[in-house]
Amino acid sequence: MLPADEFSAFPASPTFSVGDKALDGYSKKKYVCKLLFIFLLGHDIDFGHMEAVNLLSSNRYTEKQIGYLFISVLVNSNSELIRLINNAIKNDLASRNPTFMGLALHCIANVGSREMAEAFAGEIPKILVAGDTMDSVKQSAALCLLRLYRTSPDLVPMGDWTSRVVHLLNDQHLGVVTAATSLITTLAQKNPEEFKTSVSLAVSRLSRIVTSASTDLQDYTYYFVPAPWLSVKLLRLLQCYPPPDPAVRGRLTECLETILNKAQEPPKSKKVQHSNAKNAVLFEAISLIIHHDSEPNLLVRACNQLGQFLQHRETNLRYLALESMCTLASSEFSHEAVKTHIETVTNALKTERDVSVRQRAVDLLYAMCDRSNAQQIVAEMLSYLETADYSIREEIVLKVAILAEKYAVDYTWYVDTILNLIRIAGDYVSEEVWYRVIQIVINRDDVQGYAAKTVFEALQAPACHENLVKVGGYILGEFGNLIAGDPRSSPLIQFNLLHSKFHLCSVPTRALLLSTYIKFVNLFPEVKTTIQDVLRSDSQLKNADVELQQRAVEYLRLSTVASTDILATVLEEMPPFPERESSILAKLKKKKGPSTVTDLEEAKRERSADINGGPEPAPASASATSTPSPSADLLGLGAAPPAPVGPPPSSGGLLVDVFSDSPSAVAPLAPGSEDNFARFVCKNNGVLFENQLLQIGLKSEFRQNLGRMFIFYGNKTSTQFLSFTPTLICSDDLRANLSLQTKPVDPTVDGGAQVQQVVNIECVSDFTEAPVLNIQFRYGGTFQNVSVKLPITLNKFFQPTEMASQDFFQRWKQLSNPQQEVQNIFKAKHPMDTEITKAKIIGFGSALLEEVDPNPANFVGAGIIHTKTTQIGCLLRLEPNLQAQMYRLTLRTSKETVSQRLCELLSEQF
Amino acid sequence: MIPLGTNAYTTPVRAGHCATPLVFIDLCSSLLREIRFILIQNRAGKTRLAKWYMQFDDDEKQKLIEEVHAVVTVRDAKHTNFVEFRNFKIIYRRYAGLYFCICVDVNDNNLAYLEAIHNFVEVLNEYFHNVCELDLVFNFYKVYTVVDEMFLAGEIRETSQTKVLKQLLMLQSLE
Repeated sequence: MLPADEFSAFPASPTFSVGDKALDGYSKKKYVCKLLFIFLLGHDIDFGHMEAVNLLSSNRYTEKQIGYLFISVLVNSNSELIRLINNAIKNDLASRNPTFMGLALHCIANVGSREMAEAFAGEIPKILVAGDTMDSVKQSAALCLLRLYRTSPDLVPMGDWTSRVVHLLNDQHLGVVTAATSLITTLAQKNPEEFKTSVSLAVSRLSRIVTSASTDLQDYTYYFVPAPWLSVKLLRLLQCYPPPDPAVRGRLTECLETILNKAQEPPKSKKVQHSNAKNAVLFEAISLIIHHDSEPNLLVRACNQLGQFLQHRETNLRYLALESMCTLASSEFSHEAVKTHIETVTNALKTERDVSVRQRAVDLLYAMCDRSNAQQIVAEMLSYLETADYSIREEIVLKVAILAEKYAVDYTWYVDTILNLIRIAGDYVSEEVWYRVIQIVINRDDVQGYAAKTVFEALQAPACHENLVKVGGYILGEFGNLIAGDPRSSPLIQFNLLHSKFHLCSVPTRALLLSTYIKFVNLFPEVKTTIQDVLRSDSQLKNADVELQQRAVEYLRLSTVASTDILATVLEEMPPFPERESSILAKLKKKKGPSTVTDLEEAKRERSADINGGPEPAPASASATSTPSPSADLLGLGAAPPAPVGPPPSSGGLLVDVFSDSPSAVAPLAPGSEDNFARFVCKNNGVLFENQLLQIGLKSEFRQNLGRMFIFYGNKTSTQFLSFTPTLICSDDLRANLSLQTKPVDPTVDGGAQVQQVVNIECVSDFTEAPVLNIQFRYGGTFQNVSVKLPITLNKFFQPTEMASQDFFQRWKQLSNPQQEVQNIFKAKHPMDTEITKAKIIGFGSALLEEVDPNPANFVGAGIIHTKTTQIGCLLRLEPNLQAQMYRLTLRTSKETVSQRLCELLSEQF
Repeated sequence: MIPLGTNAYTTPVRAGHCATPLVFIDLCSSLLREIRFILIQNRAGKTRLAKWYMQFDDDEKQKLIEEVHAVVTVRDAKHTNFVEFRNFKIIYRRYAGLYFCICVDVNDNNLAYLEAIHNFVEVLNEYFHNVCELDLVFNFYKVYTVVDEMFLAGEIRETSQTKVLKQLLMLQSLE
């Protein structure tokens, strides 16, 4: 068609007309075609566009086709040309010549620019539903409209045509149905209510296809499978909706059963195309069964079918079966059925040649793991880890660490597992994993002795991973005394063992070991001189690394000057870590999605630092009657009708809830919301809410009467959230006293992604209630509605005030009016720990005053609440009674409501 | 099934276009499931057809082409026909020296697209009477027409080989 010698005839000048006044249509087409060819070979083209546009108005198909192709491949946003192009398209659409209409529609579908949407979004629906439009044009029009809807949904008007489009599912021509199903599926995802009738039509169409004999559909039968692609599309459309009404549901169940039955029939052809097409439909049917998650019978049948595929000779099928079973494992109906395949799956780990198949097998093992098989699965994963591909090792390490922790009944098993993990794949054990094992050992005293013994033994290996040295150093530093009674692990032997690794380690590890040594000085006075000698050596005291040098100097000095008592206090055993969600899990999520939960992890770390730190004790004594706090009315939602703050839900008009009676009703508060709310009274950062789909994290800062809160919404799934709309709801009362400002967030949240919303807060006057955060979004086909209380509380606007004992009592007396004092006596809900109590009072916002109260067991605090209108001085005193496990809390402020509210908030904390 | 000739025709791959480091191309910006692109490449990495269903600039396209070539050509018959690719997956099938690749969403139906490739190849084979690589090179404009008949706007448009071929022959008669 384009022999190379014709290139010589190509004009060198930038336009076609120079030297050859009138090129005929054929030549014009030929040269434009050549230009296109040159472009496709990878060279830039910067002329010829005009000639291509001229070709569009030709009456010859070939010339027009090349013109359109040139435009489609080399889209140019040159506005003048766009106008000309649109003009030509308009003429072709009006031409009533199906070939030309087809070309024009394909061009719009390929370019899909906003200008084209503006010009044609109104026209195409008419062509689509017009009675006299040819079938092939309808097909193109349906998909053309789909493209415009994807690029510019705002420009595609919904209207009468939508109901007629739904009826295309009944069309005689299966090609039209195929194209229309794609369009309807996309539209239905955004406007489920409007396209609800498509469900029953899709079910009838599907039922006719699956029950037809293999020759009924003639052209649309592919290797004896009737209309496989259309079946897949219809099954996808049904996944936009929940299980339909009973009548339709019965027919759908029959269809799904027929599909499952056909999978058991002997194949009609040995060709792989036959089995692929058949199984494409089968896998989509299984997806729908899982999506509905309501028919135990079908779920178990699906699982058995996939079980057969696990041993199929086709790698593709084994891969897909593993992938699909992963989702089945999370359904309560089929979890047990999935578990029966554990042997086959572990075998796949050893025999599969394709790493992606092995990875699916790991995923499935992780998904099917529960208490009954955790030991077996963890053992299998560990043994696979020895030979696993480098690319997936870190993920396996995280999964093993999570499963070992989650299902540990016996913590010695947990410790063994993690140490094995470090031994086998030390390089892939991230900090989160070894931090976590230390946290768990410190929090559980039943495992400490075992852990010390085990790490001691593990460290005796001639070569051990640096992570093991870290874990070993930390654990022996804390609990080495538990095994020191055994002469084989006497203090000196422990020290020598650790020190033999010292010189091979990196700086951070050496720093950690130096801390272990100073802990040894406290634990084992008999090795003190040995350790002092080590610290005193030039390689430590004069180390080039400033951190190591400083630790050596300080520790040496500490061990020399401090008395045994001071040493014992300074180097006391670490207090338990606060219980919290495993940071390993967060890490795994992060691996799965590029930008999740990092901030939250940091926030958590800050929080643990808060609790472990904190200044010295304080004194006091007091009296009075208790004022029970009316925490039932905390929300105040009952009294005043909720009104949204900031913009109303953005896509509210489109977001119609199919499943609940009142579309935009606010969900009741999520379970656990109150507890979470209370946790945030004394801190500003952390995870506010978490379920299977969504995680909400907070980070906030307050200064005087202003504050700013960052809300992080993390999508924990791999599927997009659509119409994602968070709304802040305040009662009228609250709105008068607390001003909140925020911007709407992007309505789509990609799988694994996190979006952030900033709320600017101003405290106008003191307030009691808390705002409610309502989140509505669409996940898969289902509508989600979550409400949580947002922890913006009065105490956030506290500024601490330091004062001497004298001042304090003077002010205390000044506030002696009965309304100014509120007192509450309550039972301790948490262990009565002095340090934690102090940290909480400081977290609450007031200053913690020392040596004020005559009784050193009591706590005294002072601060000022800043609001826009006024400042309110606050004094507080907390008296613990250890015998009775009770507290008495007294608040004195210049304003009654403030005393009341602060007392309620703080009482919940202990 | 397709006898593909040796590669007499070498394509200069867009040299000098990749100087700027590319940031992560956000393939998920589009709203819903669809084909992101279709590529036909030979074993040497020469592109024989590239059909894009999303907007990319030239550098991005080149980068994607190279990455797809790199992930697909290292696989053998024991491997699956699916490869994870960024946040997406490539469904591919090899015919003699040509790789037919479709990039779709991770949740899409693998086997349906795998057979869509085969259906497409059977149509090409029928239309060009034993198609070979050079047919795709020299009749590129016809190949685009075939693609548009079978896939439009990133969706499967027509699956009946009879109907597609009838339409193609009708169009050919207009030439």
